[in-house]
Amino acid sequence: MITLITYSFLQSYWWIIISLLGGLLVFLMFVQGGQSMIFSLPGNDIQKTMIVNALGRKWEFTFTTLVTFGGAFFASFPLFYATSFGGAYWVWVAILFSFVIQAISYEYRSKPANLLGKKTFDIFLFINGAFGPFLIGVAVATFFTGSRFSLDYMNQVTWDNQWHGLESLLDARNVALGLAVLFLAKSNGILFIINSVNDEILISQAIKKLTINFVAFLVFFLFFVITILLSYGFTADLKTGAIDAGKYKYLHNFLQMPLVLILFLTGVISVLYGVEVTLFRGSRKGIWFTGAGTILAVFSLLLVAGFNGTSFYPSLSDMSSSLTIRNASSSFYTLKTMMYVSFIIPFVAGYIWYAWEAVSSKKITVEEMKDEGHIY
Amino acid sequence: MIENVDLSLVDWSRAQFALTAMYHWIFVPLTLGLSFIIAIMETIYVRTGNENWKRVTKFWMTLFGINFAIGVATGIILEFEFGTNWSNYSWFVGDIFGAPLAIEGILAFFLESTFVAVMFFGWNKVSKKFHLASSWLVAIGANLSALWILVANAWMQNPVGMTFNPDTARNEMIDFWAVLFNPVAVQKFLHTITSGFLLGSVFVLGISSWFLLKKREEWLAKRSILIAGIFGLISILTVIYTGDSSARTISKVQPMKFAAFEAHYAGKGNAGLTVFGILKNSEKKIGEKETKEFAMRIQVPALLSIMTGGDSDFYVPGIEDLMGVGPEEHQQLSVSQKMENGKYAREVLTDYKRAKMIKDTAQIRIIRDIFHDRDFIENNFRYFGYAFLKIPEDAIPNVSVAFYSFHLMVLLGFFFLIVCSVALYILFRGTLLKNRWFLWIAIISIPLVYISSESGWVLAEMGRQPWIIQDLMPVSAAVTRLTAGSVLTTFILFAVLFTSLLFAEVSIMIRQIKTGPKH
Repeated sequence: MITLITYSFLQSYWWIIISLLGGLLVFLMFVQGGQSMIFSLPGNDIQKTMIVNALGRKWEFTFTTLVTFGGAFFASFPLFYATSFGGAYWVWVAILFSFVIQAISYEYRSKPANLLGKKTFDIFLFINGAFGPFLIGVAVATFFTGSRFSLDYMNQVTWDNQWHGLESLLDARNVALGLAVLFLAKSNGILFIINSVNDEILISQAIKKLTINFVAFLVFFLFFVITILLSYGFTADLKTGAIDAGKYKYLHNFLQMPLVLILFLTGVISVLYGVEVTLFRGSRKGIWFTGAGTILAVFSLLLVAGFNGTSFYPSLSDMSSSLTIRNASSSFYTLKTMMYVSFIIPFVAGYIWYAWEAVSSKKITVEEMKDEGHIY
Repeated sequence: MIENVDLSLVDWSRAQFALTAMYHWIFVPLTLGLSFIIAIMETIYVRTGNENWKRVTKFWMTLFGINFAIGVATGIILEFEFGTNWSNYSWFVGDIFGAPLAIEGILAFFLESTFVAVMFFGWNKVSKKFHLASSWLVAIGANLSALWILVANAWMQNPVGMTFNPDTARNEMIDFWAVLFNPVAVQKFLHTITSGFLLGSVFVLGISSWFLLKKREEWLAKRSILIAGIFGLISILTVIYTGDSSARTISKVQPMKFAAFEAHYAGKGNAGLTVFGILKNSEKKIGEKETKEFAMRIQVPALLSIMTGGDSDFYVPGIEDLMGVGPEEHQQLSVSQKMENGKYAREVLTDYKRAKMIKDTAQIRIIRDIFHDRDFIENNFRYFGYAFLKIPEDAIPNVSVAFYSFHLMVLLGFFFLIVCSVALYILFRGTLLKNRWFLWIAIISIPLVYISSESGWVLAEMGRQPWIIQDLMPVSAAVTRLTAGSVLTTFILFAVLFTSLLFAEVSIMIRQIKTGPKH
């Protein structure tokens, strides 16, 4: 086994972990998706309380996954961490800002003497819900469409313009992925609420919202995928490290990595199935299919962005500065040490599942909102 | 490569990081300490079945929840600010520094966030024992996360377990265990978490005392004082012990910081330990830098020498010795010399990069050998960061800030030793209610323990300036190339946000305390 652990194996291993965390993060953003409908979905205050409490018992999972996603990126691909976070400053600061205001809003919104008022904290939840997924989607889209930076001989980043990442909003493909992630989060949020609360009126309102949000997701998602498959990608020569632009690069990646293509298609079908059983068969378990599908689809998209000699963070200003999983990674020793640490992840996933089930075994009801001691 | 960095950019980047760190540290120590106090109280409830203990546990848990959320919120900014504002640093040492952060997420954050949901919402959903286990796991998770971030911070204070790779122009980890068991990390972890335990204890003591003054919730208040008094006393004794050993280690690995927090300019044997002092400007200068002298001070003769070297004759080097301007027989390698040595290391690296660019294989081989040469590593690369200093005096931190933050922290530490001891003494004597003066002191102790706790970090971080990584990288070389205006804007945004949230938190907390536990 030891001989199998080569440097390139570890770089690939960590890209897989990052991709998996990315998939989990997008799934868990059902919390944000639900928050973005805090003013439009509930018909009255008690329904709003039920929605907030259903989502509020899970917000920390999303938050922690985002933090771990960042930490894992820092540990395994520090050059990306330094380049993207330092370079696309405004995008990342906006994302962080939206998550800070989320973290306190659940706990503070219904507490007496909260100074800012319940409405303000609800607006905070809405802002995080609407802008968090959108901006993360835009940031991830640049993995495919590129960013304007260059690295000097000491690997120090210079961003090409003073917009520091905001210019990525001018590329329709980036905006499309941002909106696709947002509407996917909204769809997943609706499915999660349907699964978690026991209130027929609220559920029927949620089902009505599902169709429009899911159609919007499909439109933007298909636009992004089709344009990406047909556009240039960034190819890295594995021997020399030289980066070149290649037509249909991402399409080739899918075709040259059939397992990834199968995973991607399975993910998409699973998402469609989750919505179908909810809309047409009255199932309340659709979230588990769309959730698994989301993880698989995002996971495989990120594999396509980084594998098969592809630059996962291309530079539009200086192609040679583009980042690959080869030139941006940590050292062999660090990746290996971190690999051993990662072996604990299944155990972590196990206790998360156990605790999740323990707290969510009973669906949220109006009565519980009146009796429960700790209410958001 | 960094010569043209705008100093106001460096200052605003530092200010933003300091703002975030200081706000974050308002909330974290209470989480560290209160989580254990809650777990202890709930253990008593589960063992005795006494519903009053459940009520007590739930009351403190409500306050814990209010504090916990804002701690989490400010924490995420800190992690990402390493990338957003210190990108050169993130690359230069990300290979080492990133690992503890990732481990923190995988091992600690998930533990904490998973079981905190059970802790708050599981009372009527899971068994008593599962709930109790969740409370303990939240406490362990919170303190485990402190371990990893402190390991990362300790590495910045005393970089170990790595080697420089000229090809990637960064430091790379070669010994994970050396990083984990870095002596600075071990002491910092113990000192910091026990200071958090102390803060949690003083918080509980103060609020319980308020209930007693108001003649409310006597049962809750007395039991809480008992738990917090014992927990606080054990904690402060550990804080003092680890603080002492920590200072000794600092005297070896960060002698300039040590000299600064003692305002120890002229080195000497039989050096006295300053218990209290007031500084004033001195006419004497070191290079272009003004120095300080004592307007008044109370000191214990020879104690600094004894505590540092175990012997009253032990010579404790002062700032002048470390700058190379002290008496000849005690002179150390001067900062000017270190700057020369560091500049040579930087030139060798530049030559290497140039040779690689033009693919001069012979030159590449020669220079690569230099980077493996022990003499070069110990005498040149070790001082790599000095190459970025403009004048030698840049190596001296702000002595007043280091001195006052250190002495404030220490004096308050001993004050809390008295507070915890007295609390237990009068509790056992049954005279708690009669000693209203003490109840007031306990309440006043709450802001004081926060000041003490923040002072510790001011000392740790300001005392090590100009370094972001001791001797290897000054903050000016670590900063992201942004405009100062961009960072100023985000600084203002975060300052307004954090301050508003702090006010909201304090207001909610006060209301919850006034409301008291639910019946």
